[in-house]
Formats: sequence, structure tokens, C-alpha cells
Amino acid sequence: MTPIPSHLQLNHQGQLRHFLSIEGLSRELLTELLDTADSFLEVGERAVKKVPLLRGKTVCNVFFENSTRTRTTFELAAKRLSADVLNLNIQTSSTSKGETLYDTLRNLEAMAADMFVVRHGDSGAAHFIAQQVCPDVAIINAGDGNHSHPTQAMLDMLTIRRHRGNFENLSVAIVGDILHSRVARSNMQALHTLGCPDIRVIAPRTLLPAGIEQYGVRVFNDLRVGLRDVDVVIMLRLQKERMQSGLLPSEGEFYRLYGLTRETLALAKPDALVMHPGPINRGVEIESEVADGAQSVILNQVTYGIAVRMAVMSMAMAGQNAQRQYNQEAQHATDH
Amino acid sequence: MRLTIEGARVIDPANQLDQITDLHIDDGRIHAIGAAPEGFQAHQTIDARGLIASPGLVDLNVSLREPGQTRKGTIDSETRAAAAGGVTSLCCLPDTRPVLDTPAVAELILERSERAGHARVFPFGALTHGLDGEHLSELVALRDVGCIAFTQGLAPMKSNRILRRALEYAAGFDVPVVFMSQDAEMAQGGSAHEGPTATRMGLVGIPESAETIALARDLLLVEQTGVQAHFSGLSSARAMNMLADARARGLRVTADVAMYQLLLCDEDLEGFSSLLHVLPPLRSSSDRHALRQAVQEGVVQAISSHHQPHEQEAKRVPFAASATGISSIEVLLPLAMTLVADGLLELPALLSRLTCGPASALGLPAGHLGIGAHADVTLFDPAEASLVGHNWISKGANCPFIGKGVPCKITHTVCNGKLVYQA
Repeated sequence: MTPIPSHLQLNHQGQLRHFLSIEGLSRELLTELLDTADSFLEVGERAVKKVPLLRGKTVCNVFFENSTRTRTTFELAAKRLSADVLNLNIQTSSTSKGETLYDTLRNLEAMAADMFVVRHGDSGAAHFIAQQVCPDVAIINAGDGNHSHPTQAMLDMLTIRRHRGNFENLSVAIVGDILHSRVARSNMQALHTLGCPDIRVIAPRTLLPAGIEQYGVRVFNDLRVGLRDVDVVIMLRLQKERMQSGLLPSEGEFYRLYGLTRETLALAKPDALVMHPGPINRGVEIESEVADGAQSVILNQVTYGIAVRMAVMSMAMAGQNAQRQYNQEAQHATDH
Repeated sequence: MRLTIEGARVIDPANQLDQITDLHIDDGRIHAIGAAPEGFQAHQTIDARGLIASPGLVDLNVSLREPGQTRKGTIDSETRAAAAGGVTSLCCLPDTRPVLDTPAVAELILERSERAGHARVFPFGALTHGLDGEHLSELVALRDVGCIAFTQGLAPMKSNRILRRALEYAAGFDVPVVFMSQDAEMAQGGSAHEGPTATRMGLVGIPESAETIALARDLLLVEQTGVQAHFSGLSSARAMNMLADARARGLRVTADVAMYQLLLCDEDLEGFSSLLHVLPPLRSSSDRHALRQAVQEGVVQAISSHHQPHEQEAKRVPFAASATGISSIEVLLPLAMTLVADGLLELPALLSRLTCGPASALGLPAGHLGIGAHADVTLFDPAEASLVGHNWISKGANCPFIGKGVPCKITHTVCNGKLVYQA
């Protein structure tokens, strides 16, 4: 069997053309993305917050799962790049009339969309679209099932880099529901690729997926051991339904064992960063005082998210355009 | 109708025959091997020099999709695909719509397959009414119209108590039960083998214990009730050990595995091809290795296609949302021949896993070339490579092997003395 090359995401010159997952991308490419995002952060600070990189392009935000923050930051990012933006919330749209994902996207493609930002509940949905539905449209994965959430990972990396400079000497802990978390998977891959030497995951056994060691991480069941002397703590959101499926006894016990409180945070380095992809559950995985405290960069993450998404969109659009041009020239050459 | 197949290397594992000779067929039966009997005048002669003549293949696990799901496949299309794959006898599953739980449905399937005339069809009846896992089907009435065994497929039984009673009842009438052991609750929501690949892909895992817990229970109840049992499509190394142990302590159980499970493993899922979404899932490469060993050692007597055709739309969705199964009956023999190329099995041993092995597991009147046997013969060229998908016949094109090269080419299939396929 031939698996899809990881360069499904890359064009003939190795540039980004879809952004589906961190897996398969090089340190150089991730660094270029962070550098580009850094430069876009300045745009957000100007009086006129627009650059013309996507002028005349149409970006469709196609969300099959609810999300206010992610969709909004993608929308803002596209608008700051001067694109036309279309938001589609599909639960309330045609799939409830029985139209398939395939048909929905083919229809949007026929409206001459240049980029799809897709969130979907099925792992691999973004791959499916990029490979089988509309390979000529740039596909940005805004979260697919438990698989991947690469723009979240890159905004987390940008947050860490802006506050810590680099990844070379860092200890980063990811705490909570790793099993169901696409954010955790993408973050582990991004940290690993960027050279972070000490990645820790902290969770009860029931919330750890099989074979987690493949990510080059150290596993801790005890928060109080795992947090010791870390530079960064990334907390994950805990869904209420985990209590119904026998994964956890109660919210209370989870908070006692894995909640990030002033007391447990004190085990980390004194200036350790506190991060969370949001939305946060105060009193479930994180204490209010910690979420709002001096070490928290949770709101900075949101700001950086716009810059990262601008970087991803501009790079993928350029890569996709180059690929299309290359294909046309190749076609032209074979026609003659 | 008299037919002579001339000069083939005839391999009949059941009768330990392996020689270059002639086969003479008369009135749907093997009439003579070697010299033609006095006065035998063939109406048709096939020059089979350079070809292998094997008993027609026997496939113990096939979904024909009719009645009820003819968008995926029909009895005519899928038995025609069987003939193209060298399969002359097949067992079809009862998960049709309506479920094969009444004599009327069994008769419909038998009539239509007879009318189609491409292959012999031996239906499995549903063990419980509507496969509900609770109310027993009329096993004897179904047996009397031609159901050769009963199965629940992957559908769960309501309770161990009811399973035990169903097996006891079946044992009393000497009807075999086919198990596809999987604890439905353990497997719930899963779409891939639980392990590093599923984790990286964000797919919900199906643990090996979903299979072994059910298998352990099934083996215990087989032992207790004495029912004749066959296990179809087991997927894990541990299940192979459990099977070997059960046989070592004297339990007469038989088993088949899916051909594709001997070639693919969970690592192939990388890239999310929905064509590889199957149940039980493709397991680890070490499970695959154990399955191959079990086939080699004879712990597993049969290799089946586990043919499950689908329409395009059923697979044109993200991985976990796609329908499970591979359309594979046409490639059963070509894929199996890779096991010979890999040095796992000698050709006669491989053919026994595809002919007399499965036939004797369920007592089917097929799978050998003895004088007087049904004249079911598959001819193939073991030296001519071919491309999968060229002249594809099954209604389901959901086959990940399409476009790949395979090491042999099926040239003729004879069923009941009649040429049902010619390349």
C-alpha cells in the first residue's frame, strides 16, 4: 500500500499548499510560519489593520462543529488579508437535508472559493477534502475529530516563542484529556519538531491514548510530580461527557488530582507560563485565580491566533497558486 | 455437455494429486482424470498447458447484498465477480434486508443464484430473528431449505444466557454455527485497531480484547454445548493462540481469516483511505504476522475473501464515517498467490486453504476433484502477472488493490461442468 505522502500538504517546491496537520512538516517550515506570524502581529497593532495579500480571493469558513473563537479569529485573519469571507455553519445548513460533505464542498468550490477553512467532527476530514474533494482549493484544517488542530498548535508555539525566545531548553507539560484532544496531538508534534527536549503529558490512564510514547513524551499520572520545574503548562479542556463513559469518577476528583491551582502551579518554575486553548472550565481544570493570574497568557494566545492564521492563510494561498500555475504549465507542455 | 481440460498441472489437495494430466467432465461431474474413457467425446476442449487446474475455490464469507441493498451488489453481479475470481462455491451472510431469517428469503437467494448460474451459493441463516440477538430463528426450517450454517455476524447477542441456548439448540440438530467474535460494546465507536497508528490519526481504537473477550466466551460455550463451530475473520495474534489452545485440548473448531488481513495492517491506514476501513479492524503488523503463521501451520484451515461491495458514496466520506468492508472476491486467488511468492506456503498447501480446507470446515459438497465430484475447476496461469481492476466485475469498486499488480491470472472458471468465466 502506498500511504498518502505527507507532502499532500506541500506543493512541488515544498511550500505549504494545504495546512492539514503538523505531522510531516519540517522545522524550517514551522519556523518560517512563526516568523511570518510575528510580522503579522505588527499589522494588528496598526491603525489600519489590513494587508492586501488575499485581495480578490474568497475564503469559506466551513464549520461542521460549533466554535465561536476559532471561527472568529479565522474570519478576522482573512479580512485583515483583504479576502472576501463566507461563513457557513453547516449543522444548520444543507447536511441536515441529507447532502454529503462531498457535495457540500463541491458546491462551494463551484462558487469559485479559493480557500476552505474546515472544522469537522471526523478525524481525517480535512485530508479527505484535500485529497478527494477539492485538491485545487487550499484547505486549512481548523480541527478534525481527535486528530489534528494545527493552527492552534502553531499559535501555542508562537506564544511560547514570544515569551521564552526558543524551544531548546524548555520543559513543557500538557495536562488533562489527552485522549480526546486534537490540540494535544498537534502540540506534541509541533514541540517535538521544533526541538523541545522535555515534553510531558500528565493525565489519568483513562485519558491517555495507546502508544503515546511515539511522540517522544514523558508520561505522568501524578500532576504534582509532572509539573515540577516546567517552563510551560498547557491545560486542556475537560468535556462533561467524560464522566458518563467510565473514564473519570467525578469532576471533583479530577480537579483535586489534575486541576491547575495556585498550589499546584507553585511546583512549576516561578515564571512558568499558563496556557489553555479555551474555552476554559473554571473550577474544572483550572482555578479562576490562575486563569486570570500574572502567569496566564491565555488571552495572548487569542491575539496571536489571528496572526498565526494570517500566516497560514497567506502561505497556503501562495503555495496553492504556485502549484496551480505549475500544473497549468505542465498541462500546456503535454498539450503541445 | 462434455468438457476436457487438457494438459494442466492438476492440483487437488484433498486427494493429494499434483500432476500434469487431463480432466474429463461429463454432466456436471468429474468423469475421469488422465486418459479419456472409452467412447468419451468432448464437446469442448480447453488447452490448459502451462496452467494450474485447481478445484473451484470455496469462499466462506461473502456479502451478496441481495435482497435489499442492490445498490451495493446483486446476486448476479457478485456471483459473476466470484466466477471471475475463480470462486465456484460461496457462503453468503444473512445481513440482507430483510434479514435471512425465514425460508422465503433463503429460497429467494437460492433461486436467484441458481438462475444466475455463476457459482454455487450456500447461505448462512441468521441465528436470531432479525439478528436481534434475542429470539431464535427457525433453524430447522431454514436448514431444510438449504441454510448450511447459522451466524449472528458481528451483531451482538442480547446475553450470554441466550447465546448458550441458541448454541444448545443448534447442537441438537447438528447445524454448525459460524462465529465472528467481537464484543460489540468493547468495539463501540471504534474504527481502527487501538494502538499508535489510531492514536496518531485521532481514530477511536478497537482494542484487541474486543475480539478475545468474545472469543473466550464463545469457545467456552462451544465446549459446553458441543456445537459444531467455525470462527470467521479473527484478526489478532492472541486469538490465534486461543484457537490453537482450544484445538490442542480437543475442541473441533475451524477458522478462516480474511485474505486482506494477511496483507494489510493498521500502519496502512496512514493517509485515511476509507477503502481500508474494515471490521474487525486491520491490526498491528505483529498480529498480521501471527495470522500468516496460523495459516501456514494449519491452525487456520481457510482463507476467505470477506467480500463486502459498496457503492461509491458509502466510501466517499471521512474514514470513520465510511461503510466498512472491501470488495475482494475477485482478487482472492491473485492475492493469495502472493503468499506462495513470499514463501509462506507451497502451492498445494495454499490451494487447500482455498478449497478443501473451507469445504470440510462446514461440510460443503465442494473443494475437490475426486471422480464423481461436482465439476468445479479453476484454471490460472501462475506465471502471468496481471493488474487488479482490469475488467472489474463486482458492483463494488471499493478495493484498495485496484491498480496493483498480482502474480497470477485466472483464465477459466468451470462451475458444474459449465464454463462460467473466461479471461
